[in-house]
Amino acid sequence: MRRPVPPPIIQPATLALLLGLLALICASFYTLDLKWGELFTADAARSSLEFLQGFAPPEAAAPFLLRIVAGAMETLSMSALGTGIAFVIGLALAVPASGRLGGSARAVVRLALNVLRSIPELVWAVILLIAAGLGPFAGTLALAVHTTGVLGRLFADALENLPPACESTLRINGASALGAFFYAALPQISPQLMSYTLYRWENNIRAAAVLGVVGAGGLGQMLKYHLSLFQMQQAASVIIAMLLMIVVVDGVSFRLRRRLTGN
Amino acid sequence: MNPRHPDPAWRGRVTATVIALVLLWPMLVSSEFKPWLLLDAQSLEATWHFLAGFFPPAHSREFLTLMLEATWQTIAIATAGLALALLGAIPLTLLATQSLSISHLESGRMRIAGVAVRQAARWLLVLLRSVPELVWALLLVRIVGLGPTAGVLAIALTYSGMLGKVYAEILESSETHASEALLQNGSSRLAALFYGALPAAASELVSYTTYRWECAIRGSVVMGFVGAGGIGQRMDESMKMLAGAEVSTMLIIFVLLVASADLVSSFLRKRLG
Repeated sequence: MRRPVPPPIIQPATLALLLGLLALICASFYTLDLKWGELFTADAARSSLEFLQGFAPPEAAAPFLLRIVAGAMETLSMSALGTGIAFVIGLALAVPASGRLGGSARAVVRLALNVLRSIPELVWAVILLIAAGLGPFAGTLALAVHTTGVLGRLFADALENLPPACESTLRINGASALGAFFYAALPQISPQLMSYTLYRWENNIRAAAVLGVVGAGGLGQMLKYHLSLFQMQQAASVIIAMLLMIVVVDGVSFRLRRRLTGN
Repeated sequence: MNPRHPDPAWRGRVTATVIALVLLWPMLVSSEFKPWLLLDAQSLEATWHFLAGFFPPAHSREFLTLMLEATWQTIAIATAGLALALLGAIPLTLLATQSLSISHLESGRMRIAGVAVRQAARWLLVLLRSVPELVWALLLVRIVGLGPTAGVLAIALTYSGMLGKVYAEILESSETHASEALLQNGSSRLAALFYGALPAAASELVSYTTYRWECAIRGSVVMGFVGAGGIGQRMDESMKMLAGAEVSTMLIIFVLLVASADLVSSFLRKRLG
């Protein structure tokens, strides 16, 4: 009797794929011209150490701390406003993007949403600086534009996946299209809308903290400012403030999510 | 019910709206929200000039070659950074994962030293991933100078934190019977990992890693703006010269790059997952 042939440990196609990935990694390291040498010499170690020592002790004078608090408030406001604007516009665009106004409108709006989404906040901020000038306004708009792409797509998917029974019942009984949308479709998807929006807001707080690096307001702008003046101790305080904000937001959202999902 | 108000919940709705508006006001002030600035004649003109340059996108042969190089550099920074991040994340995962603890198995409690090392590894992971990659890049550019080295290191640092945390979560939440049985019968921790924990969680680990690779590509574009190489750095230069045609080419390349990274990563997930 012939013994059955054991299956290969790894499929040839998968093996080829893994080898391809390995080749990609090797090619990346080979072509990048990385300066490890400069990183691991005694000289480099000394200058990095000096650089890091410049951060201690972080600036803790009361007026400076107040400015950090103002910067943190600015960051929070930017993220909240950006998310709010994106919620409104995203919801408005989700209606055509869910195919309620015809197939061609759906394709066009979805394409636009994809473009908005695939360009990150920071790149939008750089472009919007020209129109809106330096400062938090450009950052708010950048967050709004990118988040509109993300939320619009998610909202449209939620609308498309909605079971149509409630809405069509209202329509059959003579309600207007708008009335049916506001009293049947919207309440049904509103838990989803809320959870997506809160999730994006959390992301946007993190994004708003760094948007300032290109001049778009918030804590990031303070960081960039003090780093370019080589005021390392002030920069250290700003970085600590950013870290605290991000850790707190992470913690709060983790707790909230656990409370809301009930485990 | 008041016949003039068909909506039974109108009181609640009006109150909520008023509260929202009251909260909104300080936010509008603090973020200097002045939309009319957009319609200011000077800013309209600057915007118009810039946007008018967008068409046709720059497409001379040498510019496109330059773009090709920059795009490859962006991909290479993301790939090399993620590879280094894996080198850092795997040992940290092994330290942080509770289900691979031997002392935990014996007594239901971990030894003090084990607890200390595990907590230290977790705090290191939190620190690594909570500092945004852009801030790492900003600091590293000052240590190693302008260029891709800073980008690779920044991705390696941030992503080893993220990967380490999520790997540990995946390993702890997946089926632990096999690794427990191995550990109880005297296998080493490494063997328990390879023969017990990994096979159970492999597809989830792979799909999360490819998702992160996609994120790293986006991140490496953004880090170019602080001088860490790749297409972002080129875009920063073109923006400073207000060269609309070049920016529009780069935006197109960028959208295509993100879309194809998306495709490749979903292909990999299907293939390896």
